[in-house]
Amino acid sequence: MAEKVKLATVWLDGCSGCHMSFLDIDELLLELAPRIELVYSPLVDNKVFPETVDVTLVEGAVSSEEDLEKIRHIRAHTRLLVSLGDCAVTGNVSSMRNSFGAKAVMEHAYIETANIHNEMPTQVIPPLLKRVRPVHEVIAVDVYVPGCPPSAKTIGYVVTELLDGRLPDLTTLSRFGA
Amino acid sequence: MKTTTQTMNRVKTLKIDDRDVSGSEHQTILDVARENDIFIPTLCHIDGLSDIGACRLCVVEIKGSGKLVPACATEIQEGMEVFTQTEALAKYRKLILEMLFTEGNHICSVCVSNGHCELQYLAARLGVDHVHLPYLHQQRTVDASHERFIVDHNRCILCTRCVRVCDEIEGAHTWDVTGRGTKARVITDLNQPWGTSETCTGCSKCVHICPTGALVEKGKSVAEMSKRREFLPYLTSMREKNNG
Repeated sequence: MAEKVKLATVWLDGCSGCHMSFLDIDELLLELAPRIELVYSPLVDNKVFPETVDVTLVEGAVSSEEDLEKIRHIRAHTRLLVSLGDCAVTGNVSSMRNSFGAKAVMEHAYIETANIHNEMPTQVIPPLLKRVRPVHEVIAVDVYVPGCPPSAKTIGYVVTELLDGRLPDLTTLSRFGA
Repeated sequence: MKTTTQTMNRVKTLKIDDRDVSGSEHQTILDVARENDIFIPTLCHIDGLSDIGACRLCVVEIKGSGKLVPACATEIQEGMEVFTQTEALAKYRKLILEMLFTEGNHICSVCVSNGHCELQYLAARLGVDHVHLPYLHQQRTVDASHERFIVDHNRCILCTRCVRVCDEIEGAHTWDVTGRGTKARVITDLNQPWGTSETCTGCSKCVHICPTGALVEKGKSVAEMSKRREFLPYLTSMREKNNG
């Protein structure tokens, strides 16, 4: 039997809807299971990104310094990287703060509308980048899968095509906002 | 009389994408292409309104000319050889769409026009699966002062269909454009809130002709704003008959 493909999924600044849609492929999961090894994901317990991963699906935009550091590390250890969903591809809802600026958003959340401890967080919360950016603005991306979220059918097709060694053609399957 | 004018029009023959086609002399390249089921993308053009060639999505190549011309605003000529689907055109059209996406704030997933938007549709059709230019994230305003309608400048692509339909069909000329470059935007009357406009008749033609979610009806949620465009060709053809 052929060696299993090492698959990782990452969750940056997004709502986890793309991961939910991935799980929504239902019985196709059973077909994929023997062909892949899920080496890193919010769905499994591995805390360290492995040395080499064949395919990484990235959900979410790059919003914080932590996101930036994480995605650069992931790119360096991934053969084929997929921007999955509108937040990764365009910035989407996550990027709506860009017109106002990170400072205004933080002040609104932690000072103006807070009932207690009206102060800016200094620990645990990673510092926000000045601007939320789509993944391909900070690292190289190999495949773009727009959609909010991309449908289960689309994600199933993308993963199956990649496992079969083909680059998926998404012209009719997904669009921004789909 | 209309019929007489038509018979007086000369027929011209030309080639579009190596196909022999013909049209009458004052037809545009776009008209003739569409009559022959040749797809040329458009955004600012809409049947029934004057053409301004603003969005440049319909640019085509003409043999022997170094310039790209807008198909919607270029009349056919005898012996012309037009190319609508070259690699260079595909690249330029994608770039135009990408620039529209970066100039405004188009968040399709939360837009009332999601699934009914011509910009979104063309992006998918022309293969824009990401935007490689940096987004501008300009601060733009929303005017909800009108009793029934909203103008959201974040989603406006400045096609000026609203300006033209209001002027040419409704005859009110409520809409106009102010500013230049990335600061340009559509305005009502003397750059005042839509709700205070004295010329607006509330006919909603601008709303229904708007290709994106920039002009919408109040009370619509995500993906609920589908538009009715049938009125325009109907109105124009009725008027042509009556004036004939």
